[in-house]
Amino acid sequence: MTELNTLKISEARDALRKGEVTSVELTEACLAAIDGADALGAFVHKTPEIALERAKAADARGYDGQPDLNGIPLGIKDLFCTEGVPSQAASRILQGFKPEYESTVSAQLRSAGAVMLGKLNMDEFAMGSSNETSCYGNAVNPWKGENGAELTPGGSSGGSASAVAADLCLGATGTDTGGSIRQPAAFTGITGLKPTYGRCSRWGIVAFASSLDQAGPMARDVRDCAIMMSAMAGHDPKDSTSADLPVPDFEAALTGDIRGKVIGIPKEYRMDGMPEEIETLWTEGAEMLKDAGAELRDISLPHTKYALPAYYVIAPAEASSNLARYDGVRFGHRAKLSQGDGITEMYEKTRAEGFGAEVKRRVMVGTYVLSAGFYDAYYNRARKVRTLIKRDFDEVYASGVDAILTPATPSAAFELGKEVSDPVEMYLNDIFTVTVNLAGLPGIAVPTGMSGTGLPLGLQLIGRPWEEADLLNCAYTLERAAGFVSKPAKWW
Amino acid sequence: MSIDIDTARKVAHLARIAVPEEELPALAGEFNAILGFIEQLSEVDVDDVEPMVSVTPMRLKRREDVVTDGGQQAKVLSNAPDAREGFFAVPKVVE
Repeated sequence: MTELNTLKISEARDALRKGEVTSVELTEACLAAIDGADALGAFVHKTPEIALERAKAADARGYDGQPDLNGIPLGIKDLFCTEGVPSQAASRILQGFKPEYESTVSAQLRSAGAVMLGKLNMDEFAMGSSNETSCYGNAVNPWKGENGAELTPGGSSGGSASAVAADLCLGATGTDTGGSIRQPAAFTGITGLKPTYGRCSRWGIVAFASSLDQAGPMARDVRDCAIMMSAMAGHDPKDSTSADLPVPDFEAALTGDIRGKVIGIPKEYRMDGMPEEIETLWTEGAEMLKDAGAELRDISLPHTKYALPAYYVIAPAEASSNLARYDGVRFGHRAKLSQGDGITEMYEKTRAEGFGAEVKRRVMVGTYVLSAGFYDAYYNRARKVRTLIKRDFDEVYASGVDAILTPATPSAAFELGKEVSDPVEMYLNDIFTVTVNLAGLPGIAVPTGMSGTGLPLGLQLIGRPWEEADLLNCAYTLERAAGFVSKPAKWW
Repeated sequence: MSIDIDTARKVAHLARIAVPEEELPALAGEFNAILGFIEQLSEVDVDDVEPMVSVTPMRLKRREDVVTDGGQQAKVLSNAPDAREGFFAVPKVVE
């Protein structure tokens, strides 16, 4: 018999409905797997009591006419505020913070019957691409490198990726500001969807860069992402940027028929020095879509090169503003003060103690680019470049392209400790993903192959705004053709 | 544009983050590396381009101008590092 914690969401749902398994059994299997996986650093706040209580409630409701996620055990990224449960965005500055409220996305999952197993590791305030800036310590990739080296699961949603890949939960929430769902998904051989900006409510999710942040599902396959997505999406009056659009049945869109769809292949994503295996993966992925009846078309997104520099103005600028609220007054950490210290010393000491190095760096860069005299040169210029990046995509879609295929990451997962010393080098991880956030588009990472060193590699599909259903169907077609089934060997 | 130690000190203060004097040179160096990377943006012709305000064109919703929330003093204060008599407590602000 398959171990219950390794089931896909769709399989668990069907088994629950047939009465072959209970949510309590599923939940207990996950809780046991979590307790045996501390070496992965994925779950940072375990909530077994809440999990079992919600599992019992799901079983008591039964599975007739209940939502798909009824009784399904999930992990929640630490960035989501969860009522009465520590929610600290992997930052020391939110130590001890227990929200009195629940984020809209996690509340919607809960009301769909999902079971919360606990909170998942991440980069501090979602700033990072390797999960090495977390105050909890690293999350570790269940896939091992050559000679047994420990690898990053990617970031910022590294704990979510590690937990799903290691079968600690059936699915997890992530958030994506510059690639934080798609890059970790690609590094761990799972599937992750960043929806269109505004598809999911941001209310109750600790803000990093409000014009870029979006929550999305991370799961074992496209179907599971579709199932989670239907529960996570939707208009929320508490987030004025959430779209008042009907939420389609995303799973019903998975027909596997993409005949006649036009898939764009952007030439600017063919980077100098890109590893040959990434190039091959990309070419093979394109062939798979062509074999499924899609038309491939070479396209140009001329401002791609400027996406990362624009991002590293806009995201820090928004972060410096958003993170101003961590001042030691209303929640979280407050520094011990010396005799004679006033309010300014309290702010400065609290923030110096509470923020990690990367967060401080970005808050200060953001402060600088917004400061008098530099606002136009940096911030306004970056926002204009953002307009041009979005225009690139608009023109391609207006010319009849349905989706765009690119690599998800420039490499397979790298060793922990390898890139942490050079911030700019680390930023290059997001080179294929960050354009999507700047343009507000949906993007999905799907595992389609293995590197020469035996690590998963993923491709990214980028869709038209609000057309996640079509995008998921395209990803589903690619997934079926690629047939990626590898799992990491258990060492933890 | 190159950031010197004085500018690094000023930015740290604006951001209300205490940075010890001996760490300022390294910080200025990191700023310069990041700003050097950002500098590429000056290559782009942005004449007559509007800066992006909203990535998805949408009209802000309106609602009735009524009180929708409130009366939750205990909850609001429950996470405060120092709360007294129904208020947030901070070091003396006015001499």
